[in-house]
Amino acid sequence: MSFILAQFLTGLASASSLFLVASGLSVIFGVTRIVNFAHGSLSMLGTYLAVTLVPLFGVGSVLGFWGGVLAAALCVGVFGGLLEVAILRRLYGSFELFPLLATFGVVLVVQDATLALWGPTDILGPLAPGLDGTSEVFGLAIPQYDLVLIALGPLVLGFMLLLLRRTRWGVLVRAATEDREMLGALGVNQKLLFTSVFVVGAFLAGLGGAVQIPREPANLLMDLNIIAEAFVVVVVGGLGSLTGAYLAAVLIGEIQAFGIVLFPEITLVIVFLVMAVVLAVRPWGLLGRPEPVADSTLPAGAVVLRPMGKVGRLAVAAAVATLAALAWLAGPYYQQVASEILVFALFAASLQFVTGVGGIITFGHAAYFGLGAYGAALMVRHAGLPMEFALLAAPAAGGIGALLFGWFSVRLGGAYLAMLTLAFAQILWSAASQWYAVTGGDNGILGVWPSPWASDPATFFLVVLVVCVAGLAGLRWTAHTPFGYALRAGRDSPRRSAAIGIDVGTRRWAGFALGGVFAGLAGGLYAFLKGSVFPGVLAIPTSVDGLVMVLLGGIQSLTGPWIGAAVFVGLKTLLASATDYWRIILGTVIILAVTGFPQGIAGTLADWTRREGR
Amino acid sequence: MTVRLPPLGALLVTVAMAAGPAAADDPIRLGDINSYTGLPAFTLPYRNGWQLAVEEINATGGVLGRPLEVISRDDGARPGDAVTAASELVSRERVVLLFGTLLSNVGLAVSDFARQRKVPFLAAEPLTDALVWEEGNRYTFRLRPGTYVQAAMLAREAAKLPAKRWATIAPNYEYGKSAVEAFRSLLSAARPDVAWVAEQWPAQFKIDAGPTVQALARAEPEAIYNVTFGADLAKFVREGKLRRLFEGRPVVSLLGGEPEWIDPLKAEAPEGWLVTGYPWYALETPAHVAFREAYTKRFDDHPFMGSVVGYTSLKAIAAAIAKAGSTETEAILAAFRGLAIESPFGPITFRAFDQQSTMGTFVGRLTVRDGMPRMVDWKYVDGAAVLPSEQETERLRREK
Repeated sequence: MSFILAQFLTGLASASSLFLVASGLSVIFGVTRIVNFAHGSLSMLGTYLAVTLVPLFGVGSVLGFWGGVLAAALCVGVFGGLLEVAILRRLYGSFELFPLLATFGVVLVVQDATLALWGPTDILGPLAPGLDGTSEVFGLAIPQYDLVLIALGPLVLGFMLLLLRRTRWGVLVRAATEDREMLGALGVNQKLLFTSVFVVGAFLAGLGGAVQIPREPANLLMDLNIIAEAFVVVVVGGLGSLTGAYLAAVLIGEIQAFGIVLFPEITLVIVFLVMAVVLAVRPWGLLGRPEPVADSTLPAGAVVLRPMGKVGRLAVAAAVATLAALAWLAGPYYQQVASEILVFALFAASLQFVTGVGGIITFGHAAYFGLGAYGAALMVRHAGLPMEFALLAAPAAGGIGALLFGWFSVRLGGAYLAMLTLAFAQILWSAASQWYAVTGGDNGILGVWPSPWASDPATFFLVVLVVCVAGLAGLRWTAHTPFGYALRAGRDSPRRSAAIGIDVGTRRWAGFALGGVFAGLAGGLYAFLKGSVFPGVLAIPTSVDGLVMVLLGGIQSLTGPWIGAAVFVGLKTLLASATDYWRIILGTVIILAVTGFPQGIAGTLADWTRREGR
Repeated sequence: MTVRLPPLGALLVTVAMAAGPAAADDPIRLGDINSYTGLPAFTLPYRNGWQLAVEEINATGGVLGRPLEVISRDDGARPGDAVTAASELVSRERVVLLFGTLLSNVGLAVSDFARQRKVPFLAAEPLTDALVWEEGNRYTFRLRPGTYVQAAMLAREAAKLPAKRWATIAPNYEYGKSAVEAFRSLLSAARPDVAWVAEQWPAQFKIDAGPTVQALARAEPEAIYNVTFGADLAKFVREGKLRRLFEGRPVVSLLGGEPEWIDPLKAEAPEGWLVTGYPWYALETPAHVAFREAYTKRFDDHPFMGSVVGYTSLKAIAAAIAKAGSTETEAILAAFRGLAIESPFGPITFRAFDQQSTMGTFVGRLTVRDGMPRMVDWKYVDGAAVLPSEQETERLRREK
């Protein structure tokens, strides 16, 4: 019994730390509708600043410790404000994915900047003076600092609720959450309000990171570890609901605390499984409010897709012929890079089909790519099938997965849809990481090489070329079938489509599944290209890479993903072999692309040619 | 459509350049892959180590009359990226062999690549023994003592303890799994009266330390075997001390004495732990003193375990190429088998039958001196004294 109580209190302490970070995320989302991917990075900055500032303020003095922690949180708050003014302000009201990607660019930049500023070694912070022992609670020895944390969560929750309910600032923030435009029409300075909200949110993230210093050394892996958990908390609690976030934080904290006792090997899976169950039952989280399915927020001036003209067809044929010539002219290295570009182009095209054509904002497309890769690899490793048959399993695995997860996801809209698809991808990722017996865990599945006849890089490149071009043609053709038209109609105006008898929900579901099929095919090819599969193919960065390719190329353009993949994979390959600081460059490119060229490369090119034609 | 032409043109030019034949005094190109951004604490000292060795070798005329050139790539601690980098090094940079890697899963992935593409690979640091035994292949060699050897050293000492109820905690992947399995089987063999009362498998670098410590304490073990490292280790130590997990319980910790992992804890390092590690401050053999002085002079820092591994890896590669008299794959493979060199720890040999080196490590107890963790009562255990015999190795390889 006493063990259960002790474990419960430890869970509560973890919940408080989680809540501090998640509350900032929730507040920011509530007002600005921005899902701030860089929130984990802000929290990590809080930790690093705290381990630097606390010794400056005086180790061993109570004032020094808490002064340093507060100062660190304030610095992060200011940094958050700068971020809003410099980058995010340009993205309000734009396509939902843009802010998400811009903040992911910030994640990359902050990672490298932290490495450059603080160096590679973990930094262990000082203990809190006067709170470095244990206290007797109901006859149990509980760390004093845990007791402080347990109190801190509800304190911050209460303070924030007071701030929102009882101050003029809070009234304005709540008004902005309800109706931004009306607030602006009433003469409220929205810019200042949004910046202040960002400062508060970033301050909470910084505080959440800073109070961790007695419990965790500052290290460079904190940002993504924290953000994944904070997402779960905010989504399970209900986006924008602080009380919900606290309840969810307690739920997650306790599940982890007791999960460790009951299932020590699958702690990661349990957390995301709970998230999926909550969202399947209550799609808007524990205390969130249902959101009306809004009409699409695709970038203004949406382009109508038209079948390719004669010139286009000839150009494509020429491009394919040039690529095929590569198989003879280029060395094995360039054949491999070209294969990788083609595989990711197919992956990006399938994602573009789902988001651009179908209007389904998915943030977990890696799930289907990974299912394809694991499906093919498992066929080789456990069933001993050759490449030709194993490759058939890939689209099947991706399609079945998308059919299953799509049923839960496509009925939602906006950020909830993005987060639910992310949750499904994370479930698969954690299962692949921890289901040691089947997937090999982090060891991955090795020895997934092509059949002997295709093992030469040139031949394998031709195989990839044929499959990927067929895939592209298939996706393009589908976009111009009656099914494709119905899908696009549903994207542009769900209500009108329903009125003329289109079953929008079923079309979206089918479109999502079809995207899964082609993503799975790309994943299967990827497995044979690398000769191995690892949980990383299912992880968040894979989904983000896909989105970056789509947005670089242009979300509206069917050709865009191909250009985006070529630019992105080419750039990444070039940078990774040229410099250790490739993340800061890539992050900057992403931020510039999203803020400067929201139309993408293909879209911008099309704009130019159209203007010149006039 | 003119947009597509320039990249292709550039591509063809680079291809033509890359395909040029190698001249006699061209450098010998070696490909290095490691987790420089993913796990810099261990890998940056490692890179310093091989850089020092390259400088020493090139200053004395290189190998086969040619200087050595290392082309280094980051794998970001992701096995998939390591395979990409390996492929680039072999296909584009035309390196004669690959070396490096730290995490066990990354090492296994590159080893599988080496087998497929028929390239020699010296796995410098990964500790899983699958590299040389269960998944071993004729292209892969390994320098560091693996989990079996290190666990065996610790199990010998652990068997002398009175403790009968043991608990284990290890990261949930290849390294942790194999480290626990080896220790359990060896200790159980030496002490049939030992019972295993609890096990914890936190995900790598995602430990939830408080609940994990309490779950271990609940089983009331008499001793604990720890395999966590990095940030996980620091969190585990802090929470464990706070919740008095270590009071009256001996702890045996793999790699717990290596400066890269234990130094961040400074004065909070857990005293009395039985660890494997590297007492750079106290090892006064002539070979090590020379190495330590050269390293300190060059980098203005003391050597870490990674430094020794990086330095010795490159020295071994240079010796193998010199012995082979050529940079042909088969010649290098043949030269590596049975190769004997001098390392800062003393003489080591690459065993011909399993391609594992006999490099050993240090076993001792942790203490704190002048605010820094230090090993005391340590001794060097030669890998040759602990490694399984040829027959035993054959059996492990066949079991696959």
